[in-house]
Amino acid sequence: MKEVVVLSGKGGTGKTSIVASFAAIAKKKVLADCDVDAADLYLLLQPQVKQEHEFWSGQTAYIDSEKCNQCGLCEEICRFGAIENYLVVPISCEGCGFCSQVCPVDAIAMHENMSGHWFISETHYGPLVHARLGVAQENSGKLVALVRQNAKHIAEEGNLGYIIVDGPPGIGCAVISSLSGADLALLVTEPTLSGMHDLDRIIELCRHFGIPALVCINKYDINEENSRQIESYCAKQKAEVVSRIPFDNVVTEALVNGLPVVEFSDGRVSREIENLWQSVSLALGV
Amino acid sequence: MILSVASGKGGTGKTLIATSLAFALSEKNKVQLLDCDVEEPNADIFIHSHITQSYPVFIPIPKVDETKCTYCGKCAEVCAYNAIAVVNKKVLIFPELCHGCGACSYLCPESAITEEGQEIGVVEKGNSGNIELIQGRLTIGQLMAPPIIREVKKHIDSRNEVIIDVSPGTSCPVVEAIKGSDFCLLVTEPTPFGLNDLSLAVEVVRELGIPCGVVINRAGVGDGKIEPYCSEQRLPILLRIPLDRKIATLYSKGVPLIEGMPEWRNAFFKLFQDIEEIVSVNQAAK
Repeated sequence: MKEVVVLSGKGGTGKTSIVASFAAIAKKKVLADCDVDAADLYLLLQPQVKQEHEFWSGQTAYIDSEKCNQCGLCEEICRFGAIENYLVVPISCEGCGFCSQVCPVDAIAMHENMSGHWFISETHYGPLVHARLGVAQENSGKLVALVRQNAKHIAEEGNLGYIIVDGPPGIGCAVISSLSGADLALLVTEPTLSGMHDLDRIIELCRHFGIPALVCINKYDINEENSRQIESYCAKQKAEVVSRIPFDNVVTEALVNGLPVVEFSDGRVSREIENLWQSVSLALGV
Repeated sequence: MILSVASGKGGTGKTLIATSLAFALSEKNKVQLLDCDVEEPNADIFIHSHITQSYPVFIPIPKVDETKCTYCGKCAEVCAYNAIAVVNKKVLIFPELCHGCGACSYLCPESAITEEGQEIGVVEKGNSGNIELIQGRLTIGQLMAPPIIREVKKHIDSRNEVIIDVSPGTSCPVVEAIKGSDFCLLVTEPTPFGLNDLSLAVEVVRELGIPCGVVINRAGVGDGKIEPYCSEQRLPILLRIPLDRKIATLYSKGVPLIEGMPEWRNAFFKLFQDIEEIVSVNQAAK
């Protein structure tokens, strides 16, 4: 069983559209949506939820005003600015519990947080593990790890060859949690200076964790000069550019129709994504 | 006024809006542009500031003096993040899990724990005309963006117009960047992904009690579902930018919209006027 994670650094480069198309092309796979902040893959795969689980993670301090003698020690020691006027500001609390440890009158309790939900679903194209982090919650990295763990379990049970992971934007906590231990990263970029800057950082992150990377330039014809620069840059970085997808409104039309683009059209975008999957599965060596 | 520009979904045009707004306002005022997308900071690609100051951001990580340590295990017990383990007369520290709350060093009965700074990124400052750019940059391989965002925001001088470019998503880095703003501008695109992620972002901003409005980028593509959603939610649509290849090309080259297409200047003045009006009505209501 091999796992490919689709990342980009910069958001909005086309990760989810590509993963949804892979879902339609690849045989024997499980899909995992690790963009738990803003999960969109379900919009194209129309899942039927089979299992729904609560995600409990982290804590928030709570001050019992009856017991509190307003000594102010908690406010003084809290490094997150989460206590004001002898009350906890839940959105700033990182759940370290320092305040509840030091409170001389035992007025501070730590309450568990229900931080979101995760799901195991069935789609037209196979099983999907996805999640929804609660609004303004922490610990997205842990929820990502949970989604991947379950996807792996399903792949092992069903003897499925691939785990295809739709990753989050950025290079921080949730991305590292999506990437660590994967077999391959597919980096989707676009020929804009922002896309190129962010590609540079995500390539470096892959190298940091020793994960081989392939690159796909989406909308390559928006700026062909930049696309050429990306290719020569990637050649030096040993991250091969395996695909150039042209800009075409058909991607948005497919999205509006709730379909992976390869199911919606057999035009040049679809053909290019089919070739891209060939390159990915070849690199995975399944 | 402190104005944050967020979106939920990546790649909708946050940086495009934030930088053009900064240039428009800088014609008359001093502007601070804070790039709080510290995982992938891109605003300076458009601002071309001369970075004149750069300093590292540290979080305090525990360091154990083994000559004083009795291996009582108190530090491991109080750490909410499992960043310390005591096994077989050895204290193991996992810096990447540490939030730097300070509980372990404060509560160690032998005073055997001190803290030393671990660098997790940098803050950089530069100027371009009337714009002061302050950007954070997370070191590759580090997990925690919020401490860097907090450091960037320490530079806010509320005598200026302050614009905050926020990262995509809805979790802790987004909350850290938005909180304390007088207004939050949410940039979306008229697709099912755009709508889904806009609705998540609206929940976050409402949780924080900050007034918000919407910018629809790439108007004209996709479906027509954003506008009914906005009117249902009583969200003002403050600006529409059409899908235009010329705008996309300018963006790809790092040219700010109002520099490449000055006919957009008035739209940005108007946008800011409308925001000021909403904020003053809101403050009067309070």
